[in-house]
Amino acid sequence: MSTPTSNTNPLLRAWYDKETRSIIVQIIAAALILAFFSFIINNAVVNLSNIGKDINFSFLWDDASYDINQHLIEYSSTSSHFRAMIVGLINTLLVAVAGIVLATILGFLLGVMRLSSNWLTQKIAYVYIEYMRNVPVLLHILLLHGLIITSLPRPKGSYNFGDTFFLNNRGFQMPSPEFQSLFWVVSGSVVGGLAFAWWFSRHAQKVQDTTGKAYPVALINIAAIVLLPLVVYFILGSPIEWDVPALKGFNFKGGMVIRPEFIALWLALSLYTAAFIGEIVRAGIVAIDHGQTEAAQALGISNSRVLNLVVIPQALRVIIPPLTSQYLNLAKNSSLALAIGYMDVVATIGGISLNQTGREMECMLIVMGIYLAISLIISSGMNWYNNRMQLVER
Amino acid sequence: MKLINKVLTGMALTAMTATAAQASTLEDVRAAGELKCIVTTGLAGFAAPDANGRWEGFDADFCRAVAAAVLGDGDKVKFVPSTGKTRFTMLSSGEGDILFRNTTETLSRDVDLKLSFLPVNFYDGQGFMVPAALGVTSAMELDGASVCIQTGTTTELNLADYFRANGMSYEPVPMETNEEAFTNYVAGRCDVYTTDASGLASTRAKTDDPTQHVVLPEIISKEPLGGAVRHGDDQWHDIGKWVVNALINAEEMGVTQANAMNLAANVGKNPGINRLVGSSGSMGAMLGLDAKWAARAVAQGGNYGEIYERNVGPNTPLEIARGLNNLWNNGGVLYAAPIR
Repeated sequence: MSTPTSNTNPLLRAWYDKETRSIIVQIIAAALILAFFSFIINNAVVNLSNIGKDINFSFLWDDASYDINQHLIEYSSTSSHFRAMIVGLINTLLVAVAGIVLATILGFLLGVMRLSSNWLTQKIAYVYIEYMRNVPVLLHILLLHGLIITSLPRPKGSYNFGDTFFLNNRGFQMPSPEFQSLFWVVSGSVVGGLAFAWWFSRHAQKVQDTTGKAYPVALINIAAIVLLPLVVYFILGSPIEWDVPALKGFNFKGGMVIRPEFIALWLALSLYTAAFIGEIVRAGIVAIDHGQTEAAQALGISNSRVLNLVVIPQALRVIIPPLTSQYLNLAKNSSLALAIGYMDVVATIGGISLNQTGREMECMLIVMGIYLAISLIISSGMNWYNNRMQLVER
Repeated sequence: MKLINKVLTGMALTAMTATAAQASTLEDVRAAGELKCIVTTGLAGFAAPDANGRWEGFDADFCRAVAAAVLGDGDKVKFVPSTGKTRFTMLSSGEGDILFRNTTETLSRDVDLKLSFLPVNFYDGQGFMVPAALGVTSAMELDGASVCIQTGTTTELNLADYFRANGMSYEPVPMETNEEAFTNYVAGRCDVYTTDASGLASTRAKTDDPTQHVVLPEIISKEPLGGAVRHGDDQWHDIGKWVVNALINAEEMGVTQANAMNLAANVGKNPGINRLVGSSGSMGAMLGLDAKWAARAVAQGGNYGEIYERNVGPNTPLEIARGLNNLWNNGGVLYAAPIR
């Protein structure tokens, strides 16, 4: 052997080899992690069996026996716990999606306002952002809910908007549509409009790429999606009947209602998250070198097109990754619904069902799985969008 | 190698402590020197901290009676507040040794939740409270109403059953605690507030003007409230069970807070009383306690009747008549098994 440190023991020789050593260390680390988790899981199973409990999901098919005020699918107290879980999941998704939409719109608005050259606009956005993001979101939720139920009138004194819409501390009552037999034609025309818009956008892009001629794509598409179904709707003689709410006894009967719990949660989550998104948008726009704008202006492009074609596409690359985290936060924060009694997935399967059946382990596993799935879906969607927005290398 | 040995021993030790938590609850309580008693987060008359932070109420007194019997000192109680949702998990995970939290005994709780119930110490039933201004006189007029409830209770299930059985509709407004449910009721978010009749009395007494709220005559459920312990420790279950029985028997025999210790000091004429207070017989030893266990339990907060009158009876703000909760020979249904 040529080197003085050489050793005849093969184990030690393997240890002195850098690559072998790294493999050994990794195997040991993986074994320790595995041992740790199997210990925890084993511990839980042993302790559960000590108090006479097993892990069993069959309770999901038993009658839930409780009522849920907001259910978008058919549900009654004789439905199963599984169905209660689906009702809760839909409520969670509803508030998360509505919250993400509103937070995005408000956030972009705030981001632009923060960069405004108008002193007042800029300061309003600044104060708003600092207030909203420095107070915990739970307090915003409780405050809004408290405001709605105490400051709005009771059903008898509702704010009446033309005998069709009513606002009181039980929520916002509005007419609900009842679709008549011919309504499918209207739905069909919406689908037709969407298909046309999709085709037309691609076609217009192609025409512009080859000839440089630009169509007013947005206007034509809106006409196709909105006007076409409207025309069809009236030609068919309005195939929707409206079920108008009316005060009967304690509450309004008929129509639909947006409950105070939903309004409070939705507004609080969106207003809170919008403050963070505003700062992200501002950072994204500031990150684009001013030379880009000047160069575009030097080419004689109009201001709005400078924004749409030069600044925003580049800013989005900076904005999207942190925006994803905000969407995830909003979706997960929706579990604070519990504080005001909005029946989301935590309140149904992770709350009442858990309590009535005593299946803590199972219910919590289900709830965790659901949130994990929602978050992964949001991330993968945003990653897909992010990839599309990345610089395309030619 | 030494390090690995240490780690392995450490893991083995944690594994043992983690799985060996099933020792006798009585020994655990004695070793800790205090009884961890799970109560409500605050329900006036049943368990709520007073101005000095001392827990007072019907349930709190039962906790103290058990502590007096087991540890010899009724003040060695650590009160563990719980919501309707967390109470059973807290009991089964060992955060508490015993539960006195106006809890209804039901089959599924007894069997599926792995609880062992102590004898019923309060016969209750679910009722409704509405603002007097509504002019409602019967629960059958509540069709279409919004109802505030505390989630995780039998209340929620009874409510669903009652409205379904009577073909009426309602909007449930579920809240996490009794307090929040009541706040929503006062703000007008709901027309009706529902919980056990005793809870209604307690909550109504707390309002600014109790006359503005009416409790409707219908009682829609049976709610036998009692303490509970974990399944599987029969000795501990026996202790809880016989402390409750002793307090009821004490009222029946005229053993009171004032005379319990005196009676225990001498062998008296009535053999029943002697067995109860431990001046004769070996009832305490059978339970794994000393002879004076029951005498101390009664001397702590009084017999059943005294506890009732002091916390929830007609002379308290709750004004709940004895009714069903009277002794069997006094028109009620309290009929405790004899101590012999």
